[in-house]
Amino acid sequence: MSFSWTRVRAISVKELRDYRRNRFVVGTMTVLPLLFVILPLIQVFDAYAHVDSSNLNRHVGLSMLYMLLIPAFLPSTLSAYSVVGEREQGTLEPVLITPIRREEFLVGKALAAFVPTLVLAYVVFGIFLAAASLFAHPVIASAIYSGTHVLLQLLFTPLLAGWGIWVGIAVSARSADVRVAQQLSILGTLPLLGILALMSLNVITVSAGLAVGLAAVLLAIDLLAWRAVAAMFDRERLITGRSA
Amino acid sequence: MAGIELRPGNGPAIRSRISIMPESPGLYLRLTVMENLQCFAGLYELDGVRGRIERALRAVNLEDRAGDQCRALSKGLRQRVALARALLNDPAVLFLDEPTSGLDPVASREVHGLIASLRERGVTIFLTTHRLEEAERLCHRVAILNTTLRLIGRPDELRDQLFSRSLDVRLRSPLDDANAVLGALSGVEGWKQAPSGYTLAVSDPEIAAPQAARALVGAGADILSIAESRHSLEDVYLELIDEDVEARRR
Repeated sequence: MSFSWTRVRAISVKELRDYRRNRFVVGTMTVLPLLFVILPLIQVFDAYAHVDSSNLNRHVGLSMLYMLLIPAFLPSTLSAYSVVGEREQGTLEPVLITPIRREEFLVGKALAAFVPTLVLAYVVFGIFLAAASLFAHPVIASAIYSGTHVLLQLLFTPLLAGWGIWVGIAVSARSADVRVAQQLSILGTLPLLGILALMSLNVITVSAGLAVGLAAVLLAIDLLAWRAVAAMFDRERLITGRSA
Repeated sequence: MAGIELRPGNGPAIRSRISIMPESPGLYLRLTVMENLQCFAGLYELDGVRGRIERALRAVNLEDRAGDQCRALSKGLRQRVALARALLNDPAVLFLDEPTSGLDPVASREVHGLIASLRERGVTIFLTTHRLEEAERLCHRVAILNTTLRLIGRPDELRDQLFSRSLDVRLRSPLDDANAVLGALSGVEGWKQAPSGYTLAVSDPEIAAPQAARALVGAGADILSIAESRHSLEDVYLELIDEDVEARRR
């Protein structure tokens, strides 16, 4: 049997319906974006009054970094639940008994975390850009659009989300407890977020070419992570408690 | 399995021909009954989804609950949704783990009826149960496990393996000389006193019963009943457990 998008869609739709009716998930998806649009705007509007022009870029970078926390934390938290959570509820066994392939199951789960994260992150970024363009001092608006801030945001939002998802699912497939899985998956995204923080704050100066190159590397890592997670997803162990 | 060779490469093909209903229904509680079934119809890549879901819900008498969230359903209703889910792909082999656990007698009877009708349609059903009367009523073959597989066969074969055949004789009053009457019967291999009469060990009840009736009437006894002893599967199970306990003691 070949890879089936029908089965992927069945998993994704089921996940999205489940998120929509889960108050914790809806709350997180509402509060996080609100927080990460308000904080960067405060940072930006406050910058001109207190910061000299040499540090302005760093303040703008910090604002951008806030928004990268959405793709860093949201999908990793959602995907950390994806396997161990279903196992705890007893819903995993009936799914794994169907003809679904592990790759289809994983892609279905990943898309359900990836799509809302990407939409939220870009909407928040769009609101931030619009608010800054319309209401911030022209010097600040210019600082936002200069350099690689916007490019970094556009490129690394999906890639960071992808990394968070695969780390989350990998941890989830090996954990026995949802809370442990969620904590470990957040820890797993921190190294990458650290590098992005150094880039956003101009500790590491990144040209547009280097940003695209790093994005390509991260894309390759994300794809490898998917293969690795698929390989370590032991269907038999998840159903019977014993390895195949 | 279901006519497909059992090897890892055939996993998806085999899984498309089987279904499982675990003891815990494993439903997505925030999703409606319909949404749960739609999800699984997608996983099996089924055609005519709406018709299949309607048929499955009709089979478990849940057509009017299709729009209810599963968390609003009782345990018994969830069990029936899980059964509807297991029927979606018209499985050739169906695994049912304690299908009537937690169900009231009426719901249990409905599930039993459904299992019997599936069996008549040629579906192979593996039923795991602690309710031995359920196994006795529904299963052609029974396997008894006590850590390891202890016995497998038709219920009658299991009874014959563990118990000799016997007749239960009930009389209004005990015989004056039971040994003279019962010990002389050619079809009776042995006898013992029972609370309301006698138990006769026989090789063929159909031959021994008329002989015993004639002898008892001849001896002036008032016969209340003569019937072949029926050992239930529970008796078989308990006998096996006793044997295991004895074996461990030795």
